[in-house]
Amino acid sequence: MIALLTRDLRLALRAGGGFGLGLAFFLIVTTLVPFSVGPHTDLLRVIAPGILWLGALLACLLSLDRLLALDYEDGTLDLLLTAPLPLEAAVSIKALAHWLTTGLPLVLAAPVLGVLLNLQPAGYGWLVVSLAFGTPALSVIGTFGAALTVGIKRGGLLLSLLVLPLYVPTLVFGAEVARRGASGLDVSTPLLMLAGITLGVIALMPFASAAVLRMGLR
Amino acid sequence: MSIWSYANPVKFLALSIRVQPFLWTAALICLATGLIWGFFATPDDFRQGSTVKIIYLHVPAALMAINAWFMMLITSLIWLVRRHHVSALAAKAAAPVGLVMTLIALITGAIWGQPMWGTWWEWDPRLTSFLILFLFYLGYMALWEAIEDPDTAADLTSVLCLVGSVFAVLSRYAVQFWNQGLHQGTSIPVTTGARTVSDVFFVPLLICMIGFGLLFAALVLYRTGTEIRLRRIRALRARMERTL
Repeated sequence: MIALLTRDLRLALRAGGGFGLGLAFFLIVTTLVPFSVGPHTDLLRVIAPGILWLGALLACLLSLDRLLALDYEDGTLDLLLTAPLPLEAAVSIKALAHWLTTGLPLVLAAPVLGVLLNLQPAGYGWLVVSLAFGTPALSVIGTFGAALTVGIKRGGLLLSLLVLPLYVPTLVFGAEVARRGASGLDVSTPLLMLAGITLGVIALMPFASAAVLRMGLR
Repeated sequence: MSIWSYANPVKFLALSIRVQPFLWTAALICLATGLIWGFFATPDDFRQGSTVKIIYLHVPAALMAINAWFMMLITSLIWLVRRHHVSALAAKAAAPVGLVMTLIALITGAIWGQPMWGTWWEWDPRLTSFLILFLFYLGYMALWEAIEDPDTAADLTSVLCLVGSVFAVLSRYAVQFWNQGLHQGTSIPVTTGARTVSDVFFVPLLICMIGFGLLFAALVLYRTGTEIRLRRIRALRARMERTL
């Protein structure tokens, strides 16, 4: 398992593109928002938590089609399928590697981009917390989407269509935490719901992803 | 004779061909009665005026939009557990019908909401969950189209249907948390029986609901028959190519 994790991390770091791309995309989305809604700082302050969450979500989505497609092309997936390691574990590790290379940098970069959007001082902490709680769910759900579309050529658009509706609950609660945090309200209810969704998804989704992979590669 | 004997496509087709004329006629009679009664023979509501009459399309369509997904969930489970092809094809056949029902519910709701709420669209929990349901239908159908091997496609779409159901319910409660609603609660609560709609409107509405249910059943049977025949043609073609 650790070998698979280090392999995935090393590939993401050295193969170029994949690692920084999500971050760069996040930066660009955040930069484009003021252009589209106008440079009014008051307005930006209100929508900043939502924009940052949406940007992180899209950046996560962007890197999903690389998650399993490359392994599918070079045959690694077939090896994983026959390996003694249960496929559920392999899929979880894949999701973890995806989170470490995409989700975690997004969490760390979000406060910096919050400055650009004039986020309120109280909001930074809760923004980071909500993203830290929510992005693992995005990675795990995304792995399921990637597993569904692994055998399909040019499945990128289909992947977005399948995965985005599944992201709704995470986005609702995650953005709610960030928004309430920024305006100084009590965040415990949405935060607990967000954590519940993330934990539930981590516990159950790998089984669905592995089942789907077995069906798709049979 | 158990219900599973109809997992045999030949038997299923024979039964569905025998049943369909009755279903179509019953659906037509119910819809014609319900809609004409509802549109022309009921009084205008004293606050909503004649706009209240869109209920005869809106509520039955919304009802069937949810029940269609529920039916797909059950047939998907049957496919995953017992691997009856008819079941998978019925799920495939129901998806576009459910999609259209969702669309009818959304559009009639918007047409009603314009004069009543003063807006075509409101980010209300019920409206939003229906929009999300619409997206689920789209994704489901797109996945069926994208995969060439029919068995793999049936497998993957079935799992998507199961996972999607869980997330659809989650989204339903998430959006309820996120925005308090403008949409009125149900006027026909089945569990408590405390109906707030008077019989004048309720009877034609009930007939419309039955009509939509029958129409849905007829459409799904018809479309499943088409899918079975398509599958048969493909098998015959493959056999011909092998012999040539």
